[in-house]
Amino acid sequence: MSLMNRHAIFEKNSILLTVGILIVVAIGGLIELVPNFYLKSTIEEVEGMRPYTPLELAGRNVYIREGCYNCHSQQIRTLRDEVERYGHYSLAAESMYDHPFQWGSKRTGPDLARVGGKYSDQWHHDHLVDPRSVSPASIMPSYPWLADYEVDPRFIETDLAVNALIGVPYSEEMIENAVADLRAQANPDDDNVDAFLERYPGAQVRSFDGDPRKLTEMDAVIAYLQMLGTLVDFSLYDDQADVNLR
Amino acid sequence: MAEKEIDKLSGVETTGHEWDGLKELNNPLPRWWLWVFYATVVWSVIYWILMPSWPMLTDYTRGIRGQSQRAVVMQEVDALKTLRAEKGAGLADADLAEIQQTPAMLEFAMANGRSAFGDNCAPCHGSGGGGFKGYPNLNDDAWLWGGSLDDIHQTLLYGIRSDHDETRFGDMPAFGRDELLTPDEVFDVANYVHSLAGMDTAADANLEEGKTLYMDNCAVCHGDEGKGMREVGAPNLTDGIWMYGSDLDTIVDGINNGRGAVMPAWVDRLDPVTLKSLAVYTHSLGGGE
Repeated sequence: MSLMNRHAIFEKNSILLTVGILIVVAIGGLIELVPNFYLKSTIEEVEGMRPYTPLELAGRNVYIREGCYNCHSQQIRTLRDEVERYGHYSLAAESMYDHPFQWGSKRTGPDLARVGGKYSDQWHHDHLVDPRSVSPASIMPSYPWLADYEVDPRFIETDLAVNALIGVPYSEEMIENAVADLRAQANPDDDNVDAFLERYPGAQVRSFDGDPRKLTEMDAVIAYLQMLGTLVDFSLYDDQADVNLR
Repeated sequence: MAEKEIDKLSGVETTGHEWDGLKELNNPLPRWWLWVFYATVVWSVIYWILMPSWPMLTDYTRGIRGQSQRAVVMQEVDALKTLRAEKGAGLADADLAEIQQTPAMLEFAMANGRSAFGDNCAPCHGSGGGGFKGYPNLNDDAWLWGGSLDDIHQTLLYGIRSDHDETRFGDMPAFGRDELLTPDEVFDVANYVHSLAGMDTAADANLEEGKTLYMDNCAVCHGDEGKGMREVGAPNLTDGIWMYGSDLDTIVDGINNGRGAVMPAWVDRLDPVTLKSLAVYTHSLGGGE
């Protein structure tokens, strides 16, 4: 029996065939996936990235809960038109603390990867409550309840702890102070603002919804939107950092 | 099973496999299919040589073309910038009035300004510059911070109450929320403001008291006659143009909670020529001074 006819062994033994298929598919999968975990160019480290503050994380949870990702991507591709409209193309490192990432797959609305700082807080507030009030042709749904619902602080500590468990560098101190930090970021008069800023240097502190007395989901989601894409200073970023560049 | 067996009915060679007395015919694959398959195999080898492909231990094969999507997009963006620099030659060094008076520069500034306006300004000021409630109309003659070319340019560069150090800034206190005035006092002042604009006042309002309170609390920014003050962005209260609305409730709300519209600084987002173009374009919308 020549080697070419050995396939009869697989064809007549279903267990062997299953194992054989598994091995062949695994080889393809491993070659495609594993290098992404160790190649320098795919785990590029970028200055400026920090974990989300508790308020931003709460806002991100609202973003996911309301399904914003269904219509908004957070990934500026390496295409001229996108760089022209949205800014510098997104780096993998910019979603390194996202679990799960919010790249999205469809743009009914614009990309939000660099929306931070582009509009005023008031604009985000008005636009979320009634998109038509500032963008008459918008087909985005209204989210008026965000202005009324207060952020539920019960789970934020666990939320940080779970993120730490899967690799986000939250310190013990950050986890313990999650609730205090949550409140401090949305109220410049809060006693914990200085301690908060020590834990999250450069974070934006203000009442995002215009009312420092209440910590609403509007505060959280605007805090999240206003930091999107602002962490990496691209005037310092070396485009040649990608070793693939000629 | 090595010897060949020809099926009697069809005359085709069989594979020798037999299931319940049925034998599988060994028809050859269609030629065209086979050649396409070989072509893809050859193409994959060519692709490995030309393009980035195989992962290695610390790096990956670059391919002799050294293709990189990042490099390509940066080249394209640079080419676009060069093209714009050619077309907009002179704008970088010219002052705003010069751009406005030189037809070639003006043409470029208007086209460039219009497209940048649509992308960056229209979300708040509307695609025609008409504004929305809370976001000023750029087509009229009322300017909070000044409507000259230089004033507009300054506002564009550093924003209003933005996070930039050079930002324009004015602060209307929350007279009600911070208990600087009682609700009755706020009501009287609001009615006095209505009277300044020549509008109806409530019958139970004490306008004399309202005027005294206005002079003590509001006139420092809005002026004795309510004509406003551009240095702090205090609006003229007498011109019948209202950014938030003219009804008494809206004015009471403004006095209670303060106002402080924010415009982002654009100096770090847009290039200098585009910012000049935007100033000239905005100036042309109807109200330029």
